[in-house]
Amino acid sequence: MPDAAFDIAHLLAGSLVLVSFMLIYQGRIHALLNVFALQALLLALAVAWQAHMRGAHHLYASAAIALVFKAMIVPWALHRMVRVLGIHREVETVVGVVPTMLAGMALVALSILLMLQLTRGAGNPLSREDLAFALSVILLGMLMMVTRRNAVSQIVGFMSLENGLILAAAGAQGMPFVVEISVAFSVLIAMIVIGVFLFRIRERFDTVDTGAIEQFRGEKRA
Amino acid sequence: MTPIDLALAAGAALIGLSAAAIALARHRPACAAVHGAAVPCALALAAAGLWALAADAPPGAVVLPLGLPWLGAGLRLDALSALLLMLMGVGGAAAGLYGVGYLRHETEPGRIAPFLPGFLAAMALVILADDAFTFLLGWELMSLLSWALVLAHHRAEDARRAGLLYLVMAGFGTMVLLLAFGLMAGPEGGYGFAAIRAAERGPALTALVLALALAGAGSKAGIVPLHVWLPAAHPAAPSHVSALMSGVMTKVAVYGLARIAFDLLGPVPWWMAPVLIMAGAGTAVTGIALALADGGMKRVLAWSTIENVGVILAALGLALAFRASGMPALAALALTAAFLHALNHMLFKSLLFMAAGAVLGATGRGDLDALGGLIHRMPVTALVALIGATAIAALPPLNGFVSEWLLFQAVLQSPALPQPWLQFLVPAAGGMLALAAALAAACFVRFYGVAFLGRPRSDAAATARETDGWSRAGMAALAGLCVLLGVLPGIVIDLIAPAVRLLAGAGLAPQSGNAWATLVPVPQGRMSYSGLLVVVFVALSGGAAAWLVHRLASRRLRRAPAWDCGFPEASPLTQYGAGSFAQPLRRVLAPLMAARERVEMPPPGAVAPARLAVHVEDLAWTRLYLPLAAGLDRVTARLNALQFLTIRRYLALVFATLVLLLVGLALWN
Repeated sequence: MPDAAFDIAHLLAGSLVLVSFMLIYQGRIHALLNVFALQALLLALAVAWQAHMRGAHHLYASAAIALVFKAMIVPWALHRMVRVLGIHREVETVVGVVPTMLAGMALVALSILLMLQLTRGAGNPLSREDLAFALSVILLGMLMMVTRRNAVSQIVGFMSLENGLILAAAGAQGMPFVVEISVAFSVLIAMIVIGVFLFRIRERFDTVDTGAIEQFRGEKRA
Repeated sequence: MTPIDLALAAGAALIGLSAAAIALARHRPACAAVHGAAVPCALALAAAGLWALAADAPPGAVVLPLGLPWLGAGLRLDALSALLLMLMGVGGAAAGLYGVGYLRHETEPGRIAPFLPGFLAAMALVILADDAFTFLLGWELMSLLSWALVLAHHRAEDARRAGLLYLVMAGFGTMVLLLAFGLMAGPEGGYGFAAIRAAERGPALTALVLALALAGAGSKAGIVPLHVWLPAAHPAAPSHVSALMSGVMTKVAVYGLARIAFDLLGPVPWWMAPVLIMAGAGTAVTGIALALADGGMKRVLAWSTIENVGVILAALGLALAFRASGMPALAALALTAAFLHALNHMLFKSLLFMAAGAVLGATGRGDLDALGGLIHRMPVTALVALIGATAIAALPPLNGFVSEWLLFQAVLQSPALPQPWLQFLVPAAGGMLALAAALAAACFVRFYGVAFLGRPRSDAAATARETDGWSRAGMAALAGLCVLLGVLPGIVIDLIAPAVRLLAGAGLAPQSGNAWATLVPVPQGRMSYSGLLVVVFVALSGGAAAWLVHRLASRRLRRAPAWDCGFPEASPLTQYGAGSFAQPLRRVLAPLMAARERVEMPPPGAVAPARLAVHVEDLAWTRLYLPLAAGLDRVTARLNALQFLTIRRYLALVFATLVLLLVGLALWN
């Protein structure tokens, strides 16, 4: 049975990476937010499975935080924001989908190579692969922040990056619970701050495309 | 009381004087008094050095509770420090004495008086330092205070430009020295000189530290190609400060190099010696060639300082080669030559800068082509300048000859070296040094002849008045020392022997007991030189010749116009000038300075005069510094765009950096 437990953990972490790829090619914002909610749900499941497998009960709390905040409150808030701002039709990738997907694959390959190499002979295989998947999610989140122009998508990229962090924290034994809590709250606060800024940007410029701000600064020369 | 106590008291008094001068900077007499009060302090420093050298006692050390709290400021007076302290004290005292008079006609005395005593104290701090922190602190203070002195006439565009250049080069030098000391201190951070001496180093690290020290100290001393600030900054300063910078500060820089190369580093691989020798010989030839081509009085002197620093550096390199090959007696010979030349150069270069300052004060003109005939109007200045020029041209019986002669004795011993490379290279460097010595003679014939002889080329030169008594006293003291060291060099050589023994492991045989004050530097050799005999011979033959000429040729004194070869009313401009005197050598040495001449003929029928345009450039400046500056400008202009990216692009930069580092990590594993 330990093999099955391992496989399930592996499956959940792997699906996180897969959902990260789905995030990258989502063109519509509502779909993007739904995929993000899915990723948060998977994260909660992965963390809960870790808690069950290792008997570490404080990880259940982490899973609950992920479920409540990131799978429900944050997507709901962002959905509402998008509705209020009326930007649900915008498609705003900077780089095309194919090159981005290729770059993402390269990043996953890089992080798996690197992590398996670095942690050779240390720790159990589960946490090693968890770390590799977590790094992939982090890098894909960053890639998303870089390849999107819309501020909401950039927030989603940031949140997905943070999902990777939580996954790494859950996989690595010994990360204090307090740190996880504070990370979760800081992400929430970051979302609120960014949301407020979004509204302000919108009031000023009638758009949340950050390219408009570039134009306003007089730097993006036609 | 020990010598180091005396030195500390004098240094503290100098710092006090600086502080007092800040308060009194508005009063001209007070500024002069500050200069006057610096004289006994500097003499006390010289006396402390002399005392320590003569007593040859074990070094005195003091740790002052200043500076970094866990380190303090370690000071130590060993024989090498004592030698430099003596050199610095004498130079400082003469400059102070001269400055009392100089400040009377100085427009900005309040910009000089507060910095001069502090500058002297900072140099004493460098000399006495016994840990890297104190050394670098003193070094930086020395740079900053001399920078402030260069900017005494900050309204002149030249001075501002020179000040900026000096500041950049001084910053570079200190940074390089910082690296050198960091490498010497090692990962444990033993910054005390005792810890640095005790540490073990491989030959590669030793060579690297020596190269850094050469660049760091060389940028202060004026080693080509790090010399570019020197011909700009030394002339821009007030004349007695120029004397201090050229005569004393360059020696303090050489001290830094000698301290690191011979004392702190321990055994140095022999293949570093040719680097020093060739850098020195190249510096000497380049410096004197450009001195020949320059038309400014003080600029000629500054270029000549570069030449002399090259000579000293070559002698140090030679000593390093001999020491690395296990020949301490010959190393002692080369080191004696280096130190004696440092001392001599301090004497005659300070003297010449002061004479140039006197001329500048009397005529207001600093370019040679505006002067002439000053020997009649400024007889005392002309006489001391003649002594200085003869000494720097290395003519016997003056002191310049003694040290250069010792250096060539050391060069002639080079076949004893075991490395074939050095056997070829040292005579070649010797040839370059001989060329430099000959060019120096030509350079100072030009300097003296154009400025002091002939007929005045301008009204200012025709109406010049002799300088004041204080300045004359300062110059006369230096001139007297030049003669003394030339005639009786044995005393000084014996005096600096402890410093030589400290670095070389052996000393020269005592010289002062020889008959007729003769020098016999290599015991088994047949070489000897007696300044006293040369004096006697020169006096006898010169007296006899004068007597014969007067007896047979001219019974009475006649005065006739000079150069009156059929042109009784010709303009003084038909005389040989600075440019025309240099022309033959400028043509021969043209590749060294990219010298070009062009005759601009007026079109037929026009009444404009034909002109001869002469173009001379410092190759280091045009081929190294200007392209470097242009490249830097281009790169910074490109990087400027980085200041104006969008948020997404900044994120992309961070992301790319992260991925790059991760890839590097993956490849490295």
